[in-house]
Amino acid sequence: MNTHSDMQAGQDTALPGPTTSKTRLVVNGTERVLEVDNRTTLLDALREHLRLTGTKKGCDHGQCGACTCFVNGQRVNSCLSLAVMHDGDEITTIEGLGTPEDMDPLQAAFVAHDGFQCGYCTPGQICSAKATLEELRAGIPSHVTKDLLANPPLSPEEIKERMSGNICRCGAYANILEAVLDVAEAR
Amino acid sequence: MDFNTAAETNIFDRPKILGKAVPRRDGPLKTTGRAPYAYERHDVAEGQLVGYPLGSAIAKGRILSMDTEAARAAPGVRAIVTTLDMEAMPVPSEMHTAHLFGGDKVEHYHQAIAVVVAETFEQARAATALIKVEYDADEGAEFDLLAAYEKMKDTPVDPEVSKGDFETAFANAAHRIDRTYVTTPQNHAQMEPQATVAAWDENGNVTLWTSNQMIQWAKKAVAKTFEMDVEKVRVDSPYVGGGFGNKLFIRSDVVLAALGAKAAGQPVKLAMPRPFVMNNTTHRAGTVQRIRIGTDAQGKIVALAHEGTSNTLPGGSGEDATNQSQHFYAADTLLIATRLAEMHLPEANAMRAPGEASGLMGLEMAMDEMAEELGMDPVQFRLVNDTDTSPATGKKFSDRNFARCLTEGAERFGWENRNTTPGSRREGDWLIGHGVAGAFRPSPATTSGARVRLQADGRIIVETDMTDIGTGSYTIIAQTVAEAMGMDIEDVEVRLGDSAFPVSSGSGGQFGAVSSTAGAYAACTALRREVARRIGHNDADGLSFARGNVTAGAKETPLVDIAPEGEIVAEDKVKFGSFRKDRMVATFAAHFVEVGVNAWTGEVRVRRMLGVCDAGRIMNPTTALSQVIGGMVMGVGAALSEEIAVDTAKGVFINHDLANYEVPVHADIPEQEVVFLDTLDPVSGPLKSKGVGELGLCGVAGAVANAVYNATGVRAREYPITLDKLLDGLPEV
Amino acid sequence: MRAFSYEKVKNPAGAAARAAEVANAKFVAGGTNLLDLMKLEIETPLHLIDVNGLGLDRIEGTDDGGLRIGTLVRNTALAADERVKRDYPVLTRALMAGASGQLRNKATTGGNLLQRTRCPYFYDTAMACNKRKPGSGCAAQAPGAFSRQLGVVGVSEACIATHPSDMAVAMRALDAVVETVMPEGETRAIPLADFHLLPGHTPEVETALKPGELITAVTLPAPVGGHQSYTKVRDRSSYAFALVSVALIRQPDGSGAVALGGVAPKPWRNAAADKLLPEGAKAVMAELMKDARPTEQNRYKIKLAERTLASALNEAKG
Repeated sequence: MNTHSDMQAGQDTALPGPTTSKTRLVVNGTERVLEVDNRTTLLDALREHLRLTGTKKGCDHGQCGACTCFVNGQRVNSCLSLAVMHDGDEITTIEGLGTPEDMDPLQAAFVAHDGFQCGYCTPGQICSAKATLEELRAGIPSHVTKDLLANPPLSPEEIKERMSGNICRCGAYANILEAVLDVAEAR
Repeated sequence: MDFNTAAETNIFDRPKILGKAVPRRDGPLKTTGRAPYAYERHDVAEGQLVGYPLGSAIAKGRILSMDTEAARAAPGVRAIVTTLDMEAMPVPSEMHTAHLFGGDKVEHYHQAIAVVVAETFEQARAATALIKVEYDADEGAEFDLLAAYEKMKDTPVDPEVSKGDFETAFANAAHRIDRTYVTTPQNHAQMEPQATVAAWDENGNVTLWTSNQMIQWAKKAVAKTFEMDVEKVRVDSPYVGGGFGNKLFIRSDVVLAALGAKAAGQPVKLAMPRPFVMNNTTHRAGTVQRIRIGTDAQGKIVALAHEGTSNTLPGGSGEDATNQSQHFYAADTLLIATRLAEMHLPEANAMRAPGEASGLMGLEMAMDEMAEELGMDPVQFRLVNDTDTSPATGKKFSDRNFARCLTEGAERFGWENRNTTPGSRREGDWLIGHGVAGAFRPSPATTSGARVRLQADGRIIVETDMTDIGTGSYTIIAQTVAEAMGMDIEDVEVRLGDSAFPVSSGSGGQFGAVSSTAGAYAACTALRREVARRIGHNDADGLSFARGNVTAGAKETPLVDIAPEGEIVAEDKVKFGSFRKDRMVATFAAHFVEVGVNAWTGEVRVRRMLGVCDAGRIMNPTTALSQVIGGMVMGVGAALSEEIAVDTAKGVFINHDLANYEVPVHADIPEQEVVFLDTLDPVSGPLKSKGVGELGLCGVAGAVANAVYNATGVRAREYPITLDKLLDGLPEV
Repeated sequence: MRAFSYEKVKNPAGAAARAAEVANAKFVAGGTNLLDLMKLEIETPLHLIDVNGLGLDRIEGTDDGGLRIGTLVRNTALAADERVKRDYPVLTRALMAGASGQLRNKATTGGNLLQRTRCPYFYDTAMACNKRKPGSGCAAQAPGAFSRQLGVVGVSEACIATHPSDMAVAMRALDAVVETVMPEGETRAIPLADFHLLPGHTPEVETALKPGELITAVTLPAPVGGHQSYTKVRDRSSYAFALVSVALIRQPDGSGAVALGGVAPKPWRNAAADKLLPEGAKAVMAELMKDARPTEQNRYKIKLAERTLASALNEAKG
């Protein structure tokens, strides 16, 4: 929480440039041009400017993973990235993966295995699950990979470690694991 | 509908849909990011501004001045309301302790003292930081529970329960232990921080789109806080991103959003910043628990004393860690006492399974220590002390199958192959241990209403202000209505969380599922009566509802033909009669845990978990299972990592974010097995079911703790059991 | 977060020059720690210089058989690099023990070295903190403070914060060197050993970097082989900062290098301790911890560090 003893009044130094910027994002395949406050995070650009509220704000500090989405194919915490730094980037959010009528296999597997309860961390979990499977396929090692020179196995241990940046306080972890394994094995 | 006698055979005993593993009805919306949570309600009010809160930088004292000049001049700022602008607003309800806003008095750290409203979030946040505050902090305020306990522990208190002559029985017991256990404060840490959109209309009505477990309480609390007519308040909370008790009551987000909206003359939305949540809202109090157990030579408990002390703001109720000890085990004599250490830490209030979650962390470790003292198998020790009657009240349990939980659990877990000598089983770098604990949690029920609307097309819409906080209310209410009306679940739509709907039980105390489904059933019964009337019958009981039809004798009428001219609306509520209080209605479980403790570093990793639960009819095995495994995860956190770190000089919960307050992550959770005993409790309610939402947490931490002891031979009596508490007792390297 | 202006830069020397020229400017790359701190107004830059377009994102061999890691190489890419996995496994292990998959995708090599402490008193602007506000005091050492996770060695009366990086601990064991460019365009190489500074009376000064100076790369000497491990001890299994971590490189003859994380304001290693490796964990740790000044709450870290090293050595001996 901000406060008091450290706060100096105002900003008495003139800024060398404007405090807003134009940024062009390709979100779920659609180009969106935004004029944003430089302070706007990618997360708030999605939630407030584009009203894509599927990407969640759980902590706004990179400590929970609820804001996970894809930038140019890689998962990131969108709360710790500025929208202006993504000019020209391709963003994929949970809304881009599927719809209630036409769910992505992972979304369907989360429903089938009850891999969520309150649902607030769920979009981030699903994005991370998708990335986890891709990272495993790409041979990226993890903390629990025993042999760094071999391809990491598609094991519960590997999946759990790679999903650990997504906190679920409802504690749906065991069901999420089942959902991810289900989709992984189907591939 | 009055529930005044135990349920007899009814439609739920031949279920077609109740009791089935129906997938969560809100699943497709939640997994595709389309379920709208409070802060996301862009559509409900035009022109939403953004509020940002400021919290007190001291824990106790007064605010001398607040300089908002720079903040008011900051870009985009539309309104600022400070706590010095008004007298203290009334405390919202009897269940709140601290004031949420107003006045110069600071009762705890990060108490809300201002809200800044601006056109954007970025502007509001930046302007808030420009407010300058001068404080007069009280020196020498008490913030240290352990220190307070040392001062008060020898002062006698009136016991809550005193049965027989405990002191004599304990002194004469063949075997006895006298131990003290400590639990640290815990944070709910639900993933969605509190958030509210507030809008006033020209007539002084306010609508609050918020995240709350108890809609009717919230509505009344808003009216009380703002000293306005309760009918001018509407609260809407269809999706709640976790609560665990942290959203039982309105918190400062509601008040600040409403104050900000009034000041700005426009709707305002406000979400609590995560670092603000822990100190501004509520927590589970820390406890110090002295437990004494005396047994006869065979292990029968002849004396049990549980004395609990917890922290609270003055006037609050702390954490009663002793409740389960009154009822759970047979004990010839009992002494139950609680002490409240009043101090100016943030507000202690309910968190999932308040009382039992902490109390069983003490009691079940004590049971393990007593079993060891006796040289008895801890499962056997609990079996020997099973009871069908609460020793404190003398009331019989309506249905209790705790012994089955223990014996079936022991068999399934392979308890006979457990490590029996603490510290003696090692696999590579890991010391392996096994632990068991019992679980007890009352299963209350409370008045709950619903409205059902039979549509011209034969579908039914259910409306109730019940909430679904991840518990599965949408799904089990739909199942109940589909069952009662003989319909496909696809033809039932459930709408929740709006105070315009009939008042329900709300979600808390694991009473929600039992109460709200019974309320929906009551409304369905009223609808069945009306349908009967429409087809010329006075007695709905003689009709059969199945496959979307109503059948009277040989005549079958499709429900679509009942209301061709417009919907039929029926509303009722269930009221639970006092007969229910003649019995102890409670849930039980046995938890079995295997842990590995790294012999070098003392890191504890849970390797497998089993819970066997006794909770009456399971309305949906999928959602019930999720409740229980989720509780077990929270229990692992309580046992091993969750600790609100109290700066005992400053009165600050210093680890106030999700990096420093460590809840379990995926990698912490092993294989979890859950078994529900196939039981029915007709005293509990018309569906013969009981709650599971809190049961799943109860006892888990104790089982983990006992397994850690079994693995290492080190008995850590202060939770969480982190490696620093084990290191000195690990094998030499 | 205060309002700031923003620009992208195209070349490293230009970036450094710009940073020296504009008052209160900061570089931003991954942003995973800077934005976190800006939201809390712990960092209050008026101008951000986005260095992501500098192209310093390659890993290439050096003339002496080592590796040059561009400052913008992301933690995931570095950990997954075939040469790193094969020749510097301690580095891959350390990187993968840190943060989470999505944070590692953003976090850069240079940024990782520059991340600031996670001391909770540093993170709460209502608390006294000499690192955040010089002269305000160290709330973490006041009576009643919570210091279980803070530093035990290399700390001072002014500050007991730890450096939170895992990557840096492995790089310290590998004798990494930080390459930089100055505003005037000169370059220099700073051994990682000298890069982070101890707090002394000035905990706000954390690195040897001069105003405007930009990290361009980290170089690793030619591979040293041996058994390499990174043992990170924490309360939960993942996604947590180290209570203690040990980067170990052990040669078949028993010699090697040891660096510790989680105990000090910088990756903690010294040559005298390395020499004692053949004698075992106790001797090494006695040397590394000889000037320790733990608090009551974090004294356990001394024993934990010794036991963690003993565990790593045991594993190395196979």
